Amino acid sequence: MTMSNAMNDSDSTRKVEPGIKLTPEQQRARRSRSIAIGVALGLLAILFYIVTLVKGPGVAERPF
Amino acid sequence: MSLTFAEAELAVEQGVDPSIAPSIAGARDYLALMKPRVMSLVVFTALVGLMLAPGHVHPVIGLTALICIAVGAGASGALNMWYDADIDARMARTAARPIPAGRLRPGEALAFGLILAGFSVAVLGLLVNVVAAALLALTIGFYVVVYTMWLKRWTPQNIVIGGAAGALPPIIGWASVTGGVTLEPVVLFLIIFMWTPPHFWALALYRKDDYARAGVPMLPVVAGDGATRRQILLYTLVLAPLGVAPWLMGYAGAVYGAAAVAGGAVMIALAVRILVEKQGFRASKQMFAFSILYLFLLFAVLLAEQMSGGLIGYFAT
Repeated sequence: MTMSNAMNDSDSTRKVEPGIKLTPEQQRARRSRSIAIGVALGLLAILFYIVTLVKGPGVAERPF
Repeated sequence: MSLTFAEAELAVEQGVDPSIAPSIAGARDYLALMKPRVMSLVVFTALVGLMLAPGHVHPVIGLTALICIAVGAGASGALNMWYDADIDARMARTAARPIPAGRLRPGEALAFGLILAGFSVAVLGLLVNVVAAALLALTIGFYVVVYTMWLKRWTPQNIVIGGAAGALPPIIGWASVTGGVTLEPVVLFLIIFMWTPPHFWALALYRKDDYARAGVPMLPVVAGDGATRRQILLYTLVLAPLGVAPWLMGYAGAVYGAAAVAGGAVMIALAVRILVEKQGFRASKQMFAFSILYLFLLFAVLLAEQMSGGLIGYFAT
């Protein structure tokens, strides 16, 4: 439903949210993607933190 | 970015420009894009390379290397599915993958694959070492560009040359510890490299129609069953002695030697049965199934010997 259609359909007192109205399936998919990205970024941050502790002062030294 | 029909219809209903329509792809679809089963085999062979390598690596660094290799393999899978979506849609075995099934757009898969590839190589280089990162980049590039984009649709030797990408993980695992490459991981590479053609040609023999419909020039489609059956035997005759090489070279024990000899003998027997069978595909199906067990067995015994040796050494000191 477009925003203009929504405004036509509603009465003048009802506030219309701007933007696209997601279907429940799209909302579920977006939520699952957001959680996955959040978990992945969190794990990456933890990984960098632990490796920094493990490598200690030599964290910038890499064997070739 | 192309949309599936259902998504385009939904976008029109929502009054949205189809090019920016919200996606219906969930985390599971992205996980499927990474080919988790292939990824697990890649991680396993990389782990063996990592464990066999001389020297010491901190467990956290070793785990980091394995995670990066797994993500790099996932990136390769995603980029492969992006490029091969048209082929996947025409094959029964792959029609249910996220892109042909309409759950995920090709552009989403491309972006996902590129981001994972970039992150996996960069993190491996930053946290482990540059040689391993370069090898991972080579593996991803070889699989996506050389195999997927070039060889797969062009020559029946596609899986022979392309198999190099699947054979590299033990070398990456080894390089993660040593920062270099020596003959031992190269032998592991050669075992997987020589294993790949008989394994996939055995499958291609009884899936020939599927490949023909998709326009993929697999050996049975182009050269016929007879030539494929002969090629399977030839490659297996090279593979079986190669499988024993780690024992002969002294970096695998007697248990490995026995497993490699027995497994190699069964592989040759199955390859001969495929050649003799002429009609039907019973032996091909057996070869396909056993070849997975054979490769797993070789690497599992290598790993078990290494771990048991380490434990014995630990308790002896």
